[in-house]
Amino acid sequence: MQVSADQAKCCGCEEATEEQLLLQLDDVLKEYADLPGALIPVLQIAQAMFGYLPEPALKKIALALNKPYSEVAGVVGFYSFFTTVPRGKHLVRVCLGTACYVRGGKQVLAALKDALRIEVGETSSDRLFSLDVGRCFGACGLAPVIMIDDDVHQRVKPAQLAKILDQYRDNHAAGNGNGGSDE
Amino acid sequence: MPKLTINNIPVEVPEGTTILAASRQAGVKIPTLCYVEGLKAIGACRVCVVELEGARNLVASCSMPVAEGMKVLTNSRRVREARRAVVELLLSEHNGECQTCDRNEDCELQALAAELGIREISYSGERTRKRIDSSTPALMRDSGKCIKCRRCVSVCMETQNVGALFPQNRGFETVIGPAFNHDLNTVACVQCGQCAAVCPVGAITERDQIEEVWKALDKPDNHVIVQTAPAIRAALGECFGYAPGTLVTGKMVAALRRLGFRAVFDTNFAADLTILEEGTELLTRLKAALTGNGSHGAEDAKSLAAAGAAAHEDHAAPLPMFTSCSPGWIKFMEYYHPDMLANLSTCKSPQQMFGAIAKTYYAAKLNKKPEQIVVVSIMPCTAKKFECQRPEMDISGTRDVDIVLTTRELGKMIRAAGIDFQSLPDEEMDAPLGLSSGAADIFANTGGVMEAALRTAYEIVTGRELPAENLHVAPIEGLAGVKEASLKVEKVKPEWKFLEGATLNVAVAHGLSNAQRVIGAIRSGEKQYHFIEVMTCPGGCIGGGGQPRYTNNDVRQDRINAIYREDEGKKLRKSHDNPDVAKLYEEFLGRPLGEKSHELLHTKYTPRDRV
Repeated sequence: MQVSADQAKCCGCEEATEEQLLLQLDDVLKEYADLPGALIPVLQIAQAMFGYLPEPALKKIALALNKPYSEVAGVVGFYSFFTTVPRGKHLVRVCLGTACYVRGGKQVLAALKDALRIEVGETSSDRLFSLDVGRCFGACGLAPVIMIDDDVHQRVKPAQLAKILDQYRDNHAAGNGNGGSDE
Repeated sequence: MPKLTINNIPVEVPEGTTILAASRQAGVKIPTLCYVEGLKAIGACRVCVVELEGARNLVASCSMPVAEGMKVLTNSRRVREARRAVVELLLSEHNGECQTCDRNEDCELQALAAELGIREISYSGERTRKRIDSSTPALMRDSGKCIKCRRCVSVCMETQNVGALFPQNRGFETVIGPAFNHDLNTVACVQCGQCAAVCPVGAITERDQIEEVWKALDKPDNHVIVQTAPAIRAALGECFGYAPGTLVTGKMVAALRRLGFRAVFDTNFAADLTILEEGTELLTRLKAALTGNGSHGAEDAKSLAAAGAAAHEDHAAPLPMFTSCSPGWIKFMEYYHPDMLANLSTCKSPQQMFGAIAKTYYAAKLNKKPEQIVVVSIMPCTAKKFECQRPEMDISGTRDVDIVLTTRELGKMIRAAGIDFQSLPDEEMDAPLGLSSGAADIFANTGGVMEAALRTAYEIVTGRELPAENLHVAPIEGLAGVKEASLKVEKVKPEWKFLEGATLNVAVAHGLSNAQRVIGAIRSGEKQYHFIEVMTCPGGCIGGGGQPRYTNNDVRQDRINAIYREDEGKKLRKSHDNPDVAKLYEEFLGRPLGEKSHELLHTKYTPRDRV
C-alpha cells in the first residue's frame, strides 16, 4: 500500500521545516550555552529534532557552545548513535557485538541489505527504513538481535525479516507510528 | 615533597610533578612521542610507560604524578617490551617511506625506532589510509604518515585557541583533521604551522617550494632577489649543527649569494619602514582620540584611558591599535573578531612592504618591470606563504612577493646545493634594501615590535631617546604569555602638546590563546590599552612554524638572546635612524602615511566566517 505525503505526517500536525527546527534549536542552545559538558546532550536533542544532524545545525552548535567545529564533528563521528545523513522513518540497527556476530548477526545484516536494497548507513528509496549496525545492545542472551526504532527483535532469522519489516510498513500506513514487537 | 625512587635512585620532587619530569631531574631518560613540553599531557602514545611497584599495569609517566614511596622502573624487561611493541605497532601502520620523506633524519618516530634498537616489525596488517591535503598555500597534510599522537590537536586548541584539527571517526579509521575530514582550506585555520612545528613525523609539513625557487633562479632573464626575516639569522644555524641561539647572519648572506640570488636583502629594512608607518599611525590614532570630536577629546588630556574608550567608538581609527606583522594573527582576527578589524594597524607586514618596495622603487632603480623581478622570502613562518598569496598583495601589478621558503626549506636548499655552511665567510647584505637598525632585528621576538615602536614614537614625540636602559623595555621582554608596560609621556615637543602628561598603556601577547585573553579583557572592559603587539607563535617569530624543530622554551630563549645581541651589536638601534629608509622617503614615498605610502604599504582586511 502506498503512503501519501499527507499521511506520513505524524498525528495530523504539520512537520516543521528545517528552518523552523533551526530556530527551535536556538532556544535549546540558549539553555545549554553556559553548561559544562553540554555538547553531547545538545547533539542528542538536535538529532531527535531533525532525525539526523544536518551541517547547519552542527555549525550553530559549535558557535553557541564556543567549541571548534572540528571537535563537534569529531564527537559526532566518534559515536555511532549520531548520524549526519537523513534517516528514514524507521531506523533498523543490527547488532554485530560478539554474541550476535557468532549467532548469525552477519547473515541477518546481509538479508536486510537485500530486503531493503541499501548498504549500511543508507536509507531506502521510499524513505521508510535506514540501516545501521551497532556493537552490542546489551541483549546478548537474545542474540542475534536487531532493533527497529526502540523495539528489540530477538533471535532473528533471515527468513523472518520480511514479516518484521512489513509490520512497520503496515503500522505506518495505518497512521500508527509505534512498531510492534515480534511476539 | 614526595620522595620516590626511579631505577633505585632516590628522588625528591614537588607534589604534582609527573614521573617523567622527576625522571628527567634524576638524569633518567624516558622516551616520549605524544608529549609536548608546555601542553597538557594526554598519555595517548604509551611510549613513555614505566613500571610502578605494586601497580598491575604499566603507567604513562608523562601524565602520572609522583606519590610518596613510589618505586619506578623505567628500564625493566616488561617496560622495554611494551615500548617496543607500541613503536612496532605504530611502524606497522605508518604509511610512509623514510628515504623520500620530508622528515628523513628529522623524524622522532625514526629516531625512536633507532633508539629502541628495533630491527624488525613483528606485526603486519593494514596501513593507514593515505590522503594528501594540499588545499592550503602553507601546509601539507599526509594522513598516511600520521601516528595520531594529537600534538597538533593540542597546540592548535590550547596554544592557538583555533582548534582546526581534531580526531575524526574512531579506532583504526581515526583521522586527525578538520571537521568531517574536509580540506584545511575550508576551515578556520590561520596557517601558523605550529602543527607542523610539533608534528613528530612527516604528517604535517610546510608546502615545499624549493623547486619553484630553483626554477626562478634557472631563468637568466629573471632578476631573483631574496629577503630574510630577522628570525632566520638566530635559527638557521641549527640546520647545520650549531647550537640554538647561534647568530649566522654573515654565513646566511654568503650562502644565499652562492645559491644564485642577484641581491641579498633584508626584511629588516622593511621592518624599519614598518616602524615609521606604524608609529606614525599610532600617533595619528592617539591624536584623533585625544583631540577629535566628542566629549572625551580634551586638548591637554591627562589620561589616555578616556581617549581609548572614546576612540573605540570611532570607527575610522579606533584604539587600541594592534600590530599587523603576523599573518596568522591577522587571519585569526578575520575569523574570530571580524568586528575589531579596524583596530588592526593598516600597515602591511614587513614581508609585504618589502615586496611592494622591491617591485616599484627598486625595480625603477634597475630600470626593470616588476614582473622581471622575482622576490623570494625566507621566513620563520608558514603563514607567510598564505600572506603573499592574498589577492590584495599585488600593488606592483604582479605578486609583490613571489615565493616564501621557511627556515627549514632554506637549510635543505643550502644542503642540496652542496654548500658547506660552516666554512662560509661572513658577508654583508646588499644595498639599497639591506641596511637595518637593531630595532628591526627585534621584530623576531615577542615584545620586539613594541619596543622598536616605542624607541621611535617616544623620540618623535619628545625629541629625546626612550628612557630605558640600553633601550630595552624590560617589562615586555621574556616568555610570559601576556606582558604589559606603561610609559609616561612628558616634556613633549610643541606639535604633540595633546600628549603632555599622558600615560601610554601597552600590552604584548604571543601565542593566539594569549591574544584571545587580551581581547577578552578589552571586550569586558577590564583592561584598556592603547597599543598591543601580537605575535601568532609562542616566543614570536623565533618560534615560528617554519623554524628548525624542535622548539621548546629553552630554544626560544636562546634565540631571543641571540636577537638582542644582534640588536645591541648594531650602530643603528632605532628605525628612524636608518639612512636608507630616510632616503626611500625622500626619493620615493614622501612621508609616512602619505599618499604613496598609503597606496603601497597599507592594506585592508577581510571578515571571514569561523565555521
